[in-house]
Amino acid sequence: MNTKSNFLAGLKKGIPVAIAYLAVSFTFGLAARRGTFPLWFASLLSATNLTSAGQFTGIQLLGLGAGYLELSLAVFIINLRYALMSFSLSQQVTIRIRPMTRFAMTLFLTDEVFALANEKGAEITPAYYFGLAALPYVGWQLGTLVGYLSGGVFPASVIAAAGIAIYCMYIAIFLPPLKRSRGICIAVLVGAALSCALYYIPYLNKIPMGFRVIIAAIAATFVAAAIYPKKDDPSAAPNAECEGISPDKEVSK
Amino acid sequence: MNLGYLLISAFLMFIATLVPRFVPFVFIRKKISSPFWKSFLYYLPYAVLAALTFPYVFYSTGSVPAAAIATAVALTMSFFELNMASVAAVSFLVAFGLGFLF
Repeated sequence: MNTKSNFLAGLKKGIPVAIAYLAVSFTFGLAARRGTFPLWFASLLSATNLTSAGQFTGIQLLGLGAGYLELSLAVFIINLRYALMSFSLSQQVTIRIRPMTRFAMTLFLTDEVFALANEKGAEITPAYYFGLAALPYVGWQLGTLVGYLSGGVFPASVIAAAGIAIYCMYIAIFLPPLKRSRGICIAVLVGAALSCALYYIPYLNKIPMGFRVIIAAIAATFVAAAIYPKKDDPSAAPNAECEGISPDKEVSK
Repeated sequence: MNLGYLLISAFLMFIATLVPRFVPFVFIRKKISSPFWKSFLYYLPYAVLAALTFPYVFYSTGSVPAAAIATAVALTMSFFELNMASVAAVSFLVAFGLGFLF
C-alpha cells in the first residue's frame, strides 16, 4: 500500500471514533461554559490536550482555583495510562520512523486511536496512523465548539443533568473489566473508597482535590498490584477506554 | 480567573498530557520486566477513573439524590456491559427527570 491509500484506510477506520468524540467533547464544551471559562480556553485545551479525563479534571480543578503543581501532577497521573499505550505502540511500529514523526504521532495518541492502531497489529505506518487520528481530532474540536456555543440554547436543567455524562463514561470504562480481573476490582473499589474517605473525613478533606485523587488512585493501585501482580504482559492490550474489548486475560474463577 | 492563570494552566496541562504520550514512544526501547510495575501501570487507569468518579459524581448535577440514582443506573447498565453512549444517555435522562422531583 502506498502512503495515500494507507492514509485513506486510516481515515475510514477513524469515522466511528470521530462521531463518539463529537458527543463527549460536546459535554466538555458545555462543562467549560458552565464553569464560566472563555470559549478560546475550551478550544485551546481541546486542541492541545485531546483527552477526556484530563481536560474535564483540569477545568474542575481550575474552577476550584487549584495551584499549578496540583494541576500538573493531577493531569499527569490521569494521563499516565498513555505512557503504557505509547510504550506498546513503540514496539509495534517496525519500520524506521524519524524522531520528529514519532513525536508528532504521539500528539494524537488517545485511548481509542491506540485501540484502532493496536487492532492493525504490526506494520503501523505513520500515514495510516495520522489517517486514524485526523477525523477524531476534528470531531473533538468541533464538539467542543458546538457544545460551548449551544450552552446558551439549552435550559439550565439540561446543562446541569449533562454534568453526569462524563462520569457515566468513566463508569462504563472501569466496570466491565472489574468483573474479569480481581486486580482491577481491588484497584477500583479501594480507589473509590479512599477517594470518598479523603473527601468526607474532616482535616483530610483540606487536601486539594487534585492531590486527593492522586493519593487515592496511587494507594489503591499499590494495594492491587501487591495482591495481584500479573504474570502475563499487560502492555499487549491495555485498551483502558476501548469499548467492547476486554484487555484482561485473567479469568475469574 | 485571570488571563495569566488560564494561559499558564493551559500550557502546564499540555505538557502534563504530552510527556506520558511521547517519552516511552520516542525514548524507551527496553521492556519493563517487573511484574509488580507492569501490573501497577495496568491497574492505575482504573483506579484513577474510580477515584475521579466517587464521590464527585454525586455532586455533578446539582441534585444529590437525582445524581445518586442516575449513578446506580449507570453502574447497573455498565455491569451488563451496555455501550458507553447508552449508559450516558439513559443516566442523563434519569438525572434530568429526577432533577425536577428532588
